[in-house]
Amino acid sequence: MSSFERFLDTFFNATVLEKYAPAILSGVGVTVWLSILIIIAGMAFGTLLACLRAYRFKPLSFFIVIYADIFRALPPLVMILLIFFGLPSVGITLSSFMVLFVVLALILSAFAEEILWAGITSIEKGQWEAGRSTGLGFTQTLIFVVLPQAMRLAIPPLTNRAIAITKMTALGTVIGVPDILNQASTAQSFSGNASPLMLAAVAYVVLFLPFVILSRWLENRYFWRKA
Amino acid sequence: MDKLIEQFFDVEVMVAVLPTIIQGMWMTLAICAVVIPMGLFGGLFAALGMLSKHRWLRWSMIIFVDFFRAIPPLVLLIFVYAGLPFAGLRISPFTAVAFAFLLNNSAYYGEIFRAGIQSIGFGQSEAARSTGLNASQTMTYVVLPQATRNVLPDLISNTVEVVKLTSLASVVSLGEMLYAADMARSITYNASPLVLVALIYLAALWPLVRLVSHFERRIAH
Amino acid sequence: MSTSAPPKTASNVSRPPSLEVRDLNKYFASFHALKNVDLLVEHSELVFVLGPSGSGKSTMLRCCNRLEEPDSGDIFLEGDPVTGAKVDINAIRQRIGMVFQSFNLYPHLSARKNVTLALRKVLRLSRDEADARAEQALDNVGLADKADNLPAALSGGQQQRVAIARALALEPQVMLFDEPTSALDPELVGDVLSVMRDLKSSGMTMLVVSHEMNFAREAADRVIFMDQGALIEQGTAEQIFENPSHERTRTFLSRVTGAD
Repeated sequence: MSSFERFLDTFFNATVLEKYAPAILSGVGVTVWLSILIIIAGMAFGTLLACLRAYRFKPLSFFIVIYADIFRALPPLVMILLIFFGLPSVGITLSSFMVLFVVLALILSAFAEEILWAGITSIEKGQWEAGRSTGLGFTQTLIFVVLPQAMRLAIPPLTNRAIAITKMTALGTVIGVPDILNQASTAQSFSGNASPLMLAAVAYVVLFLPFVILSRWLENRYFWRKA
Repeated sequence: MDKLIEQFFDVEVMVAVLPTIIQGMWMTLAICAVVIPMGLFGGLFAALGMLSKHRWLRWSMIIFVDFFRAIPPLVLLIFVYAGLPFAGLRISPFTAVAFAFLLNNSAYYGEIFRAGIQSIGFGQSEAARSTGLNASQTMTYVVLPQATRNVLPDLISNTVEVVKLTSLASVVSLGEMLYAADMARSITYNASPLVLVALIYLAALWPLVRLVSHFERRIAH
Repeated sequence: MSTSAPPKTASNVSRPPSLEVRDLNKYFASFHALKNVDLLVEHSELVFVLGPSGSGKSTMLRCCNRLEEPDSGDIFLEGDPVTGAKVDINAIRQRIGMVFQSFNLYPHLSARKNVTLALRKVLRLSRDEADARAEQALDNVGLADKADNLPAALSGGQQQRVAIARALALEPQVMLFDEPTSALDPELVGDVLSVMRDLKSSGMTMLVVSHEMNFAREAADRVIFMDQGALIEQGTAEQIFENPSHERTRTFLSRVTGAD
């Protein structure tokens, strides 16, 4: 066989691909489902934390900052292993899916909180004053006047961060979550062929490339508006 | 509560595994020492490519960058480590890590540098060129220094990500900090080694994370 | 140092003044920004506040709806306390309208929605009622056709008029104006002053901080002069502009009119 044919056989073997495609596809389902859950939970919690910080209760703000710092400074894999292996011995058993979900959602919420907080604090005081001067309460002003504007500012960095974190679902392989990478690794061991890995790579790119392109487009829009 | 401390904060275990962890730490540092500079240079190269006058170069760079931002680092790493041998290439775990991370980091640093360079208005390069400086001198002495200063918070933030990324090397059995800790965990049936490693990462990265927050807030105003 | 308040006539002795400021003091760190300021604004009066920058005029205005918190002194709206721990400040602010130098329109909402936001959330009007009021308010400032525009699509003068409509829609008892035209290009100032003139004729009580002297001459019932945190003197526009009794007033006026 020529080296090109060998290359094809190694990475694009039709027989192997056909056999393991369903498994990889189910992995895609798991990855997509996980990503959606992580984004919803992470964004919701991060928004809540940023809003709580707006009330400027020093003790609460202190804990929120500590929380955000810790979850941004720790490597996700360290946290995943810690929770997965450590929790059962204190009586809490979570499935690997749950562990992955909880850890990544918390990490996303930490980044989301920081990004949104930067947005909220950049809204000029006059907006708060205008809202309050018409009799709107603090919470009403926060929700209807300030938060919408802060969210618009936060979209480009938030999109980038969400993509980065949902890609980390691949780490689930290490604790046995049946995601794309896991299915592909197993298939690769059984078949002795690298095609499943190639398929996995393609699957991930197909899933995430649209969002990467979207975030590039969003940044351009924002760039011109700022300039 | 006691169980919690016993499982996560067993000081005796931590002390016992410390030497192994420290060895792992050296490997972590070694990986960083290789991967960060390579990523920065790769990123600079990618950024310049994305801003080139030549359409083919511009588009191939953009495709390269977006591709490597779309693929999860772990997938890339495993592909390089486990996949390439099938094509006949034998590479050490360290080389696999270095190569995979070079590709990944160049893409991310590249985006940051590109945004930074684009944020320097035309006026700067026009002024430099009008004094006779050529294109590469303008880039080196006028545009890049300012661009780098503008995106310093993003550069630091991404470098923090790269340091965290080194923990992935444990998956391909490269003996860095997390690998050492996980080994220790499976031997001792205790999670304290992992907590120890977490604390080390916190000690190293927390100041940088604070710094980035501080910068981000200043720039937002 | 304040001159005596205007004499109480039979028509207003039974009714509390629209706005009463008593012995107001405000500090920014150690800087004494407002020094024992007393002020009465009667119904349908337009009181114009004059003074150099740093004189405390904006600060005093902003204390009236507690955007700045006074350190001591009392403020009353139609006899009801504005200052004090137990006061429902949101309820008070519904009765005081404020117009800002930098308009402060909500950029993410159309002109109509800028006006209806408080109507829906504070007054709890239904969508139809709020829309109807907003249309009326925008029509009164001549911008009914711009109701669906975002602030970015409006000129400075138009934005300020929407801001006025937004404040008026709540049907306040007093309107506060903090340098309403200072951020506008000269050719747009006239439109805003025209709206303010109409407002005056309709009988609104207005407290205006501004540099528009000609407007003061034609529309103000009373002009007060502030300097370095204190109310120096007050009188009719004619009295203050033609015949100021205090040295500082004279100096300020000569500097300002001389520069024209």
